[in-house]
Amino acid sequence: MTLRSLPVGDHGLLVELGSGDEAEALHAELLRRAADGRLPAVREIVPAARTVLLDGLADPGGLAAELPGWEIAPLARGDGATVEVPVRYDGPDLAEVARLWGVTPEEAVRVHSGTEFRVAFCGFAPGFGYLTGLPERFAVPRRATPRTRVPVGSVALAGPYTGVYPRASPGGWQLIGTTDTVLWDAAREPAALLSPGTRVRFVPLDGSSNAVEGPTAREGSRT
Amino acid sequence: MTDSAFSVERAGALTTVQDLGRTGHAHLGVPRSGALDQPAHRLANRLVGNADDAATLETTLTGCAVRPRRAATVAVTGAPCAVSVDGRPAAWGAPVRVPAGALLELGAATHGVRSYLAFDGGVAADPVLGSRATDVLSGLGPAPLADGAVLALGRAGGAPPAVDVVPHRGVPRELVLPVVLGPRDDWFTAAGLRTLATGGFRVSAASNRIGLRTEGPALERAREGELPSEGMALGAIQVPPDGRPVLFLADHPTTGGYPVVGVVPERWLAAAAQAVPGTGVRFTPLGRVFRGRTAPAASPERAGRG
Repeated sequence: MTLRSLPVGDHGLLVELGSGDEAEALHAELLRRAADGRLPAVREIVPAARTVLLDGLADPGGLAAELPGWEIAPLARGDGATVEVPVRYDGPDLAEVARLWGVTPEEAVRVHSGTEFRVAFCGFAPGFGYLTGLPERFAVPRRATPRTRVPVGSVALAGPYTGVYPRASPGGWQLIGTTDTVLWDAAREPAALLSPGTRVRFVPLDGSSNAVEGPTAREGSRT
Repeated sequence: MTDSAFSVERAGALTTVQDLGRTGHAHLGVPRSGALDQPAHRLANRLVGNADDAATLETTLTGCAVRPRRAATVAVTGAPCAVSVDGRPAAWGAPVRVPAGALLELGAATHGVRSYLAFDGGVAADPVLGSRATDVLSGLGPAPLADGAVLALGRAGGAPPAVDVVPHRGVPRELVLPVVLGPRDDWFTAAGLRTLATGGFRVSAASNRIGLRTEGPALERAREGELPSEGMALGAIQVPPDGRPVLFLADHPTTGGYPVVGVVPERWLAAAAQAVPGTGVRFTPLGRVFRGRTAPAASPERAGRG
């Protein structure tokens, strides 16, 4: 695991790792140490694509010096609570995503709903999780022109990530479906359905372009 | 029955409920939010006998007018402005007694941007994740004040005021902001970093609670493209593709993909919150807090086996 510590103001530390999995592994280790009281007091721990930000540290240089000596267990994909999100795969970009993947829309649905996702990190809006799990070859670009309004509950793809819009907002991700699941409710405890580490499965609802669940998607075939 | 509440007679350009913000939720995409000029917010609370975390009103340039439905002790701090009760001049920066039903007016800021209005008992909006702050980026917390709205006040009768009157801090003609370089200063050329240190920047009129935008020279990049999303700290100076630095304030996004050339320590951000559009901005890079680039211990490339 390669690890690089960068300064963030006089009380922060940005730890950069070689991959998203390594960043998730370090984040899990930080949470374990915080729970055991083995981490100095810190205000925020913010995982992201390849980094973990620690803010509000009394001595960021001290922690930076200590980090290279840590034993960090590799990420265990099976850990964490699983959330099922029922989805109508009726998004306006489903056909385009299927075309980019080189499969039919029905097969795109099977691939997506057959994947176990994990919340790598959150951002963009309260309760918006960046979910990883799709193989690299299924990464898709953002739309060239972002939509001025993406409806609440839109299930969307961009780069290697899947996300669900917790509220209506502008957005450039490719929309493949819709869910009625409430991702964010400030009056609920916890307010965010998805937090870093949560495992997620998308369950196709009847009326989706193909509601058949199947573990094997015949990728690459065309109709 | 007398309501413990106030009505909004004139909301002003943007008046929001603010407190110390909601920390500890950045990993869920929740900005910290809270008063942009925290010393002024705390002072207003102290003047009326509130705890620091009681909610105040934060105005923007044009003040506001409210009518408390119960007698209230109030105090106005932050950007200096004319204060009046039923048309009669009242003190800025000192406790003021407002009878039930009287009109309390805060005029336009004579200098600075944001004034703070504290009521004894505090503004009693419903807290979200432990804070009553309005977050204009994510929409959390109470809506910005609107003409005719009625907001609840907390129960009065806390500790007696600890201070009677406060000196005005003054608003400098030029905003000087120390900067700790990094984490992504290596995304800029030496000339780009010189531009940061010597460039004549001005506060842009597009600034808001999310960030102080600047006008001025563009910082030359050493590399193109975007970073994979990474965590953003309060005070981060993010440089979007146009090269003009944006200083992140309380409602900033928690992650972002543009490089952060440096970070302004938190204690300087209150001054940034009071800098009106057009004010000159000078960034003064400081040394590093610790050596970045490589992990300080030996063999950083193989560090942290896992």
